[in-house]
Amino acid sequence: METAHRKHPNYVLIWVYLAILTAIEIGVAFMSHLPKQIIIPALVFFAVWKALLVALYFMHLKFEPRKLLILAIIPLPLAAIFVLAAMSEHVW
Amino acid sequence: MAHATATVDMMHPPAPAERGLDVYNNKLGMWVFLASEVMFFTALIGSYIILRFGAPGPWAPPAKVLNVPVTAFNTFLLICSSVTMVKAYAAVADGETHFLRFRPFSGGLKFWMLATIIGGAMFVGVQAYEYTHLVHHGFLPSGAREGSEVAELVASGVVPAATIGLYGSTFYTMTGFHGFHVTCGVISMTYLYVTKALRGKYSRHDYRGVEVIGLYWHFVDLVWIILFTIVYLI
Repeated sequence: METAHRKHPNYVLIWVYLAILTAIEIGVAFMSHLPKQIIIPALVFFAVWKALLVALYFMHLKFEPRKLLILAIIPLPLAAIFVLAAMSEHVW
Repeated sequence: MAHATATVDMMHPPAPAERGLDVYNNKLGMWVFLASEVMFFTALIGSYIILRFGAPGPWAPPAKVLNVPVTAFNTFLLICSSVTMVKAYAAVADGETHFLRFRPFSGGLKFWMLATIIGGAMFVGVQAYEYTHLVHHGFLPSGAREGSEVAELVASGVVPAATIGLYGSTFYTMTGFHGFHVTCGVISMTYLYVTKALRGKYSRHDYRGVEVIGLYWHFVDLVWIILFTIVYLI
């Protein structure tokens, strides 16, 4: 079976981005003078950014058919609903 | 004759075949499996978030209990192994199934796949070292061991006594399951390396095994990116 061929993205550049973002993340985590209300969203933002880089470029989701992208994305809202529903126990 | 015609008619599908997701079955199967893995890790990470929000007191500061620099190095190692995996994929897609070529210098499938296996094995090794180190210092899945360094931190109030047990159990469950996934990935990749890559069974015309194991490997890396932030940094 022949697999479709395409030009590869610059994987090393993505790796450099990931390494830099990890370094920034660690730096932010140890900035003890910053309030947690800033540190936690910043860390989550960097983690999501890194996860997106891996999913889009290393897992090639950016170049896959739209239907496969939907298949990959479907669990994410379900996961968010699960966490929010369970957390609502602490709210009510 | 009429009987034969009726049988042939019955063999026709009820509707014309439709195009699926435009990907081959192995890849689709891996994506469906990864979707189920998202739910699995969501259950673990979600439970951690819920327990942390609903904890009876403040949570233990990760940097006081865990060895964050060692794990940061391990995170970097896993990111490196992810790039070597995707380089293996790119190499075989371009028909470069050799190990190393020196004029001009280029790594082929065999080189990059071996680098990924070594990177993954090193990650598991560092995690085993981390666990040994943590247990030695008294951080157990059940909390702090009496008379240990962590127990002293609890006694001095640096680490809250009320939540150290919760932290221990959630920490070892999440990182342990992730380590198990990495171990499975290393074993699977070694199997493919020995039985397929080294025997020249992958080519630019068929490299499905490399692509599918690569998807699994990158997913494991992606999960670690989230776990590292949630468990070690926040």
